[in-house]
Amino acid sequence: MRQYFNVITAYLIMGLLILLVGIFQSWGVALSILNLCLISAVMTMGANIQWGYAGLINFGIMGYTALGGLAAVLVSVPPVREAWQAGGLNMVLSLFLIILLVFSIRYILKKFSKSNKKNLIIALTIILGLIIIRLISGPAIESIEAVSPATTGFLGGLGLPIIFSWIVGAFFAAGIAYVIGKVALGLRADYLAIATLLISEIIIAIVKHEDWLVRGVKNVIGLKRPVPYEVNLQNTDWFISLIEKLNAGTLNLIVDASGKQDALRQLVINGSTVFVKLCYAGLFMFVVLILLVLTQKALYSPWGRMMRAIRDNEEAANAMGKNVVKQHLYIFVLGSAVVGIAGAMLTTYDGLFTPGSYQPMRFTFLIWVMVIVGGSGNNFGAILGGFVVWFVWIEAAPVSLYLINIFTSGLADTSQFKNHLINSVPYFRYLIMGLGLLLIMRYRPKGILPEKIRHV
Amino acid sequence: MDFVNALVLLTNFLIVPAISYGSQLALGAIGVTLIYGILRFANFAYGDLMAFGTMFAILFTWYFQSIGISLGVFPTALVAIPFAIIITILFSLLIDKFVFGYYRIKKSPPVTLAMVSIGVMFVINAVVRIIIGPFDRRFFDGERFILKANEFKEMTGLNEGLSIKSTQVLTLFITIVVVSILFWFLNKTKTGKSMRAYSDNEDLALLSGISPDKVVMITWIIAAILATIAGTLYGLDKSFKPFTYFNNLLPIFAAAIVGGIGNPLGAFFGGYVIAFSEIIVTYAYKKFFIYLLPESLEPNSLIQLLSTDYKFAVSFSILVVVLLFRPSGIFKGRVL
Repeated sequence: MRQYFNVITAYLIMGLLILLVGIFQSWGVALSILNLCLISAVMTMGANIQWGYAGLINFGIMGYTALGGLAAVLVSVPPVREAWQAGGLNMVLSLFLIILLVFSIRYILKKFSKSNKKNLIIALTIILGLIIIRLISGPAIESIEAVSPATTGFLGGLGLPIIFSWIVGAFFAAGIAYVIGKVALGLRADYLAIATLLISEIIIAIVKHEDWLVRGVKNVIGLKRPVPYEVNLQNTDWFISLIEKLNAGTLNLIVDASGKQDALRQLVINGSTVFVKLCYAGLFMFVVLILLVLTQKALYSPWGRMMRAIRDNEEAANAMGKNVVKQHLYIFVLGSAVVGIAGAMLTTYDGLFTPGSYQPMRFTFLIWVMVIVGGSGNNFGAILGGFVVWFVWIEAAPVSLYLINIFTSGLADTSQFKNHLINSVPYFRYLIMGLGLLLIMRYRPKGILPEKIRHV
Repeated sequence: MDFVNALVLLTNFLIVPAISYGSQLALGAIGVTLIYGILRFANFAYGDLMAFGTMFAILFTWYFQSIGISLGVFPTALVAIPFAIIITILFSLLIDKFVFGYYRIKKSPPVTLAMVSIGVMFVINAVVRIIIGPFDRRFFDGERFILKANEFKEMTGLNEGLSIKSTQVLTLFITIVVVSILFWFLNKTKTGKSMRAYSDNEDLALLSGISPDKVVMITWIIAAILATIAGTLYGLDKSFKPFTYFNNLLPIFAAAIVGGIGNPLGAFFGGYVIAFSEIIVTYAYKKFFIYLLPESLEPNSLIQLLSTDYKFAVSFSILVVVLLFRPSGIFKGRVL
C-alpha cells in the first residue's frame, strides 16, 4: 500500500482541484477541464510509451493528433455523392498509382545494385509518377472542390458513427508512423526529434491545403456526436424529471408556479450541458482505463522489461539478441497509434475539425511538458502530468490575472503598465509552463511520480 | 529580347527574394550549428532568441525615432541593432548561467539539453509576447526601394520590371560582412581556433589548456549576435511577429542539418539551398515559358510544381532526403 501512497495522494489532490473549480467557477468549466485532461492523458500515454519505455523522442505528436482528427471527419461525415461523381474515380485511381509508385520504387531498390544509375532511375520514376498522378488528380480535385464549395467541396466520409473513428484514427496514425519510423528511426536522438517535428509539419501542411480531402482551412463543422445533444435533452421527459428530482429542495422553496417553471427551465438548460460533458467524461474515462490496464500489463511483461533494457543500454540488449531496430519501430507505431486515438477523441469532443488550430506549441511541446512533469516511464505519472499541466494551462490565465490585480493594486486603473500586463495575461501560461518544465528538470528530473522498477 | 525578359522575370521573382531569405536563414543556421557543434545540443529556443533580439531592436528603434535620430535613407533599426545585440548577449549568458550550465557540468545527454531548451523556448516565447505583444509589427523606415520596377522598365525598355528592395541589398551586404568576420575569427584568431578544437574533440582541447568557460561564453555571444542580426533583417524585410519567428526555427534547423550540422560553412550554404529550393519548387513558371517557348507550345496551366502553401513542406522534404542519403549533410558535419 505504501508504494502507492504518492500516486493516491497526487490523484486525490488533482481531483480536489477540479472539484474546487467546479464549486468556485462552474461545473461546466470543471468538466471541460476534466475532459481535456483525459484526452491529454491519452496523448501523454502515447508519448510515454515511446519516450518512457523505449527512449524514443517523437516531436511529431501534433501530426498524429491531426491524423486522428482526420479519421474522425472521414468516418463520420456522410459521403458527398456529387463530389464522388465529379472526381471520385480519378482520386481512387491516383491512390492506386501512388501505391504502384511506392512498390515500383521498392522493386527498383531491390533489383538494382547500388550505383548512380539506380539513383537516376529512382528519381525518374518518382518524377514521372508524380506528373502522371498530377495529370489525373488535378482536374478531379478542381471539380470536387467546385461542388458547392461553401458547404462541402470535398469527398466526404463514410457516414458511420463517429466513435469508430477512434479506432480508425489509431490505424491512420500507426500507418503513417510505420512509414516515418522506417525512414527516420535510425537517426540519433536529437536528429530524430527534429526530423519528426518537421514531418509533422508536412502532415499538417497536407491536411491544411488538400481541400478535396477535409476542406482544408475551411474547416469541417457540425460533426455528429456519440452523445445526446443539449437541445434534445431539454425536451426529453425523463431528463426534465431527473433534474426536477435532483433540485427538488431548491425548487420547493419557490412558491409561485410560473417562477418554478422558469427556474426549472434554467436548471434543465444548465443541467443538459453538464450532462453532455459527463457523458463525454465517461467515454474518455473508459478509454483511459482500458489503455492504462493495457500499458501497465505491457510495461511489466517480459516485453516491457526488454524495452527498458533496450532503452537503458542499447548495445547490451542488441548483444543479447534483441532486435533493437524492430522493437523501436514497433513501439514507435504503438505510441503513435495511441496519440491517434487521442486526436480522434479531441475532434469528437470539439465537434469540428480545424486544421489551422494544430500548432506545435500546443500539440507537441505541451504534451512533452506533460510527460516530463508527470514522470516518464510511469503510466500513472504520465496521466497525472496530463492532468496537472492541462489544469495549469487553463487556470494560469485567471490566476495570473488575479495576481496581477493584487500586485498592481497600488497603480491607478488608467496606468499603462497595469493595462499592458492585463492585456498580456494569456501569455503567462507559456511562462508558467516553461518555468515549471525547467524547475522540474532541475530539481526532480524524474517527474512528479518517478518510474518505479519492480525487482523480482 | 524574350530571353532577357525571361531572365529578368526569374531574377525578380526568384533569385532576389531567395538570396535575401537565404541570407537570413544562413545567419540563423550558423548560430544553431555553432551551438550544436560546441555546446552539443539542438537548441529549440533559437527561433525565440531571434524574436527576443528583434524585439529589442524594435524597442530601440522606437526610442530613437521618438528622440529624433534617423539615418535618412537607411532604416533606423541599423543604429538599434548594436544595443539589441548587447541585451541579447547578456540575456543568453544569463540563461546559460542559470539553466544550461548546470546540465553541461553534469554532462547530461544532448537529449536532456534539447528538452531543457524547450523549457527556455516557452519562457522566451512568453517574455516576448508579454513585452511587445503577439501582433504583426513593421518597423522599417527610410527608402523602401533601391530599384523600382517601373524605373527599370523605362531604363532598359524591357517588358518585365526588376525591383530591388533596400532591405534585400542590406541583408546581403550585412550577411557578407558578418559571415566574413565570423570565418576570419574562427579560422585565424587563437580564440576561434580553440573553439574549433573544442568542437572537434573536447577532451583533447581541455588537455591542451583551452578554457571551456571562455569557449562556451564566446559561443553564446556569437550565437546571440547572429540571432539578433538575422532576426532584425528578417523583420525589416518582411515584418516582426513572434509566431513567425518560432516557425522560422524549422527551416533554420533544416538548413543547418542539410549543410552538415556542426559545420558553419555548411550551414551558410544550407540556408541558400533551403531558400532557393523553397522558392524554385513553388514558383509558377507560366510566364517564364511564355517568353521562352514559341507561341504554339505556350503552356496554359501555371506550371507550378507545388502550390505556395507547401513552402515549408519543401524544405522539410529536402531535409528528410538528405538525412536518408547523406546523414552528415552536404558538407560533412559532425557524424551522426
